[in-house]
Amino acid sequence: MRNLIKLKDVTKNYGDIKALNHVSLRVRKGEVFTIAGPNGSGKTTMLKIMASIDTPTKGEVHFDGLRVSDSNRSQIRTKCTMVFQKTVLFNTTVYKNIAYGLKLRKFSKNEIDERVENVLDLVKLHGYEKRLAKNLSGGEQQRVSLARALALDTELLLLDEPTANLDPKNVSIIEETMSRVNREFNTTIIMATHNLFQAETITKRAALILGGKIVQVGTAQEIFRVPSKHLASFARLENVFSGTSKILKEGTSLIDVGNGLEIETSLKKSGNATVFVRPEDIILSKKPISSSARNVFKGKIVEISDLESVVKLKIDAGKQFIVQITKRSFNEMQLNVRSEVFLTFKASSVHTI
Amino acid sequence: MNSEIIEITLRSIYVSGTATLLSAVWSLPLGLTIGIKNFYGKRLVKGVFNAFLGMPTVVLGLVLFLLIRHAGPFGFLNLLFDPLAIIIGQAILITPIMISFTISAVESIDLDIRDLAKTLGATEIQASLAVLKEATGGALLAFIASFNRAIAEMGVAYMVGGSIPGSTMVLTTAIADQRDRANIELGLTLAAILLSIVFAINLTVNLIQKRRP
Repeated sequence: MRNLIKLKDVTKNYGDIKALNHVSLRVRKGEVFTIAGPNGSGKTTMLKIMASIDTPTKGEVHFDGLRVSDSNRSQIRTKCTMVFQKTVLFNTTVYKNIAYGLKLRKFSKNEIDERVENVLDLVKLHGYEKRLAKNLSGGEQQRVSLARALALDTELLLLDEPTANLDPKNVSIIEETMSRVNREFNTTIIMATHNLFQAETITKRAALILGGKIVQVGTAQEIFRVPSKHLASFARLENVFSGTSKILKEGTSLIDVGNGLEIETSLKKSGNATVFVRPEDIILSKKPISSSARNVFKGKIVEISDLESVVKLKIDAGKQFIVQITKRSFNEMQLNVRSEVFLTFKASSVHTI
Repeated sequence: MNSEIIEITLRSIYVSGTATLLSAVWSLPLGLTIGIKNFYGKRLVKGVFNAFLGMPTVVLGLVLFLLIRHAGPFGFLNLLFDPLAIIIGQAILITPIMISFTISAVESIDLDIRDLAKTLGATEIQASLAVLKEATGGALLAFIASFNRAIAEMGVAYMVGGSIPGSTMVLTTAIADQRDRANIELGLTLAAILLSIVFAINLTVNLIQKRRP
């Protein structure tokens, strides 16, 4: 697949601060790509350079095979658009906000009317044309920003933390719109986020950026399902345990993580080890179950958090585990705080960091 | 006398209105640039303009008089006691007001508007215009404050205009003139007209701003 955008050894300095440090990256046409990293790691700077609204101090940017320069930057800017993390709106109606970019592109009044209506339908804001954009709720404002970008039908859509601080309803509308636009119009989407769940579920490939440097590029599965030390350094991972590991005769390893808890992993590792178990990989039962899983621990529920469709439980089994089960299972099992439960997970579900 | 009052009133509006427009030619772009850009010494520049906000009009009038009198360096322009001299003088007088108000207006808006306009396809100039449009309310305020300062000042109008009836007499100098002649009634009439102009313009601008979507 052809590259739509390519950064070649890009460095960006703001005075003494190095926001990007020799970054090289390729994003293919039609893919949904995530740039994940902590705050201040350079995600926004990278997106702004890709959107041609900022220029690199050193290095090259190529858009659809064309090197971006001062002479073609304005023209390339019309082929991509960016939605900012902080919602920025013109102090006017929703219609005029969306129509701005279309007017610059010399669309006729009828075409503008049609596009505005279509994109407002897409982000579920039908009939909002005449409302003052700044009087809308935070989620609605962000959806207007997305609609304004979508109206331009650009080849590349850059989204900077598009769902940060939004309620689940607005998050779901924005995620659904992104997926639909990519699927139906083959729009290339690059999204900066620190929401790893979103990054894993929506995108195909991802890059991790730390301190202005790309530290890992790969498929979303490679990056987020088996977290590296880079990811662990900024992401709030659950069920991370450290201890001393010894290799068993069977070829697996047993890690003593303290408080009498020993976790078996299918990896061969001796000495100090840090491991991670995904909350959804742990089976919860009221009685011990007979299975091939190598790790079975008894514990007590200490906290219950009700999420949208799932329930997150904090369980004390010598060490605290986070387990995620569906709301239906939770109700059927009649669980409460202080209920005694068994945690079961396979040795192959234990990943080292 | 009625026709004379009308003539003085219209001249005042013409002179101060032209001065405001003239000042806007350099003050709005300068205020916009200073407001948008971050550069070394920005605070000092803003401080200087703020300091000149309170410039005594008679001091500026005197300096201008010395420059444009026949023996002065710009005497050859024959501007002394000409309405154009008052226009130029008032334009200079209100420059710090217009610049300072424009800077404040631009700084009060979200400067990400510039990046937003660019990412929606605007050129650098179109992006600057988008910022200016967002600052319209503040820019209008700068305009009105400047016009009010110009039409209400007397020092420049008197020093370089000379308050010549039928030529350079404006409302403020005419009011002073009527006081000298002990014609308080006419002075009060002229004062009422001056206040009415100021209030009417402020009211109109407020109404326009309210109607803007």
